[in-house]
Amino acid sequence: MKKIMLTGALGAAALVFTGAAASAATLDDVKAKGFVQCGVSQGLPGFSNPDADGNWSGLDVDLCRAVAAAIFGDGEAVKFTPLSAKERFTALQSGEVDLLSRNTTWTMSRDTQLGLNFAGVNYYDGQGFMIRTSMDINSALELSGASICTNTGTTTELNVADYFRANNMDYELVAFEKADEVVAAYDAGRCDVYTTDASGLYAQRLKLTNPGEHKVLPEIISKEPLGPVVRQGDDQWFNIIKWVHIATINAEEHGVTMANVEEMKSSDNPEVKRMLGSEGNFGESIGLDADWAAKAIAAVGNYGEIFDRNVGPDTPLGISRGVNALWTKGGLMYGPPIR
Amino acid sequence: MAVTDVTPNGSGDGAPKVALLNNPEVRGWVFQIILAVLIVYLAFEGWTNMNANLRAAGIASGWGFLGTNAGFAISQSLIEYSQASSTYGRVYIVGLLNTLAVAFVGIILATIIGFIVGVARLSKNWMVSRLATVYVESLRNIPLLLQIFIWYFGVLRLLPQPREGFDFGPLGLLNNRGFFAPKPVWGEGAEFTLYAFIIACVIAWGVGRWARARQMATGQIFPSFLVGLGTIIFLPLIVFFVSGAPLSWDIPKMGGFRPSGGMTLIPEYIAMLIALSTYTASFIAEIVRAGILAVNRGQTEAANALGLRNGPTLRLVIIPQALRIIIPPLTSQYLNLTKNSSLAVAIAYPELTSVFAGTALNQTGQAVEIISLTMLTYLTISLVTSLFMNWYNNRVALVER
Repeated sequence: MKKIMLTGALGAAALVFTGAAASAATLDDVKAKGFVQCGVSQGLPGFSNPDADGNWSGLDVDLCRAVAAAIFGDGEAVKFTPLSAKERFTALQSGEVDLLSRNTTWTMSRDTQLGLNFAGVNYYDGQGFMIRTSMDINSALELSGASICTNTGTTTELNVADYFRANNMDYELVAFEKADEVVAAYDAGRCDVYTTDASGLYAQRLKLTNPGEHKVLPEIISKEPLGPVVRQGDDQWFNIIKWVHIATINAEEHGVTMANVEEMKSSDNPEVKRMLGSEGNFGESIGLDADWAAKAIAAVGNYGEIFDRNVGPDTPLGISRGVNALWTKGGLMYGPPIR
Repeated sequence: MAVTDVTPNGSGDGAPKVALLNNPEVRGWVFQIILAVLIVYLAFEGWTNMNANLRAAGIASGWGFLGTNAGFAISQSLIEYSQASSTYGRVYIVGLLNTLAVAFVGIILATIIGFIVGVARLSKNWMVSRLATVYVESLRNIPLLLQIFIWYFGVLRLLPQPREGFDFGPLGLLNNRGFFAPKPVWGEGAEFTLYAFIIACVIAWGVGRWARARQMATGQIFPSFLVGLGTIIFLPLIVFFVSGAPLSWDIPKMGGFRPSGGMTLIPEYIAMLIALSTYTASFIAEIVRAGILAVNRGQTEAANALGLRNGPTLRLVIIPQALRIIIPPLTSQYLNLTKNSSLAVAIAYPELTSVFAGTALNQTGQAVEIISLTMLTYLTISLVTSLFMNWYNNRVALVER
């Protein structure tokens, strides 16, 4: 765990010794080095998780790849930095990563006090509780006195505090640095309850000895809009991340997929044409080529494809679209028009 | 005198004049001034640059956050702490006390284990000395973080769930939520027992002084240790019962999820304490062995010749001399143990690095302030430990007569 202290100290040291205005023109830096340095989690199935060969995959990883593809036309032009919950903001602030795509909840204090900007929401989540089925508990309101395992330095820690205080319940919080230790401690019986974002519960449940012996309680106790984060003060880079994400949502809405993106360039729909760069040049305004969105979609697909491939019903996580469906299907995914 | 006169650039009267540039005294000063200016300049540049960077990045700075509400729970706190109303400043103190709690008890345990193992390694008993060797060589050669994980998850896996936990009746409960011990609740009049204890300590100290002075003067030995111990045990005990035994016990009882009431030792603390003290003890054992071996064999022979038996020889002749060699490296081990306690962040023990440089840093984003305060705190703890050990070292140092 010395690494964590080190990152914290390095972050502080970086603030002390690096030249000023490191935040400007991230795009130029990225183009010069030839890849996007993307901060991801240390392993959360479905969101950012390395396989046995070290290839990263997941919803958050695909956003990094989409950005890399929009810039370089190559979804592989990206390097990943696994970060703990605690390290992540310091790593971004100090310029260690260009983009933080690490299931990070958008809150006002993070947006306004840390010198950071949230570039959208790529997964609407909420915090839940997991418990052993043998405990015979069916509601979070029955958890008074429970020991709760969670990650340190997360909004979950504060949400639990609020929820238990609001419901006048007592609890013991056991907060670990790394998600793996939280799961191990919960699995070993140190805690009755494991709490994190609901998507994370489903993902981490796969790592338990007997996943079938654990269930997620119905209560969702918080709003957790998870999204990509960039440094404040570089509007161009902020715009790139924001609009690459929006393009994947709009692509789903207009039926543009990884497979048909080339033929859709000659679509009759002017909106699709503008997005894919066959009409107008919207890429120019964010410092990219006209076909920036087409390249991003060709690399990772539209939002629906990304969702289904990583966390959807056919994956081990088996999460349904729910509030993450398009606005046209009753969800919250709503992309502003490209015009 | 003759020696100083022949040095070419000496300040003697007859010394030849040399260029200012070649004068070693002037040169020494110049270089030191340049170095000092350079360091001050670097610090100044770093400071202004940091402020400029923080402003450019739009990061709020300052110490105001210490007074704002923290809002998260901490699983072990030696002082009053409530997530509803306690501030980040309080989080700092809670973390600091937890660090000290594990470091202080760890130092005592490590010293005891270390001395036993160190002496055992020199034992003439083959089995005992081999066991001590195995202990030292295995523990000091495995990374501490691994040992912490082994103790923590080992302890967790071995201990039963709260509902199937061990129940020692009035002595407490043991399960994987920790050890729940009865908590003493002092009633009215309990302060007299405390006064009696203090008075007993003073008496024991006085008897010890008197006995030593008498032994110096007359050579007669007075059993001051037994008398002192007896006073410290029995005087408070008598006062306690005379004042009506004002003590009741808050015995923990099994609740819905975990026991309630009593005092709790959380598994994180137990694992951390065992890991730190056994690991550091393996180093201390070697230091103790080295210290004892460094005392000349002639000292033992001389003591034997004077008719001292093995026990008194070790206690009165060998150990006091060995201590002079042991204490400086022992201080380093104490400092190591204190700093290693920051590894507790891996297993959720809420010490300074974990709750303050961890959770609080993440919630507030005040990296520069929090990291510097944390570093300053460890520095202070270490310097105070060093200061104390140096004082003790001076006390046991060889007094030349």
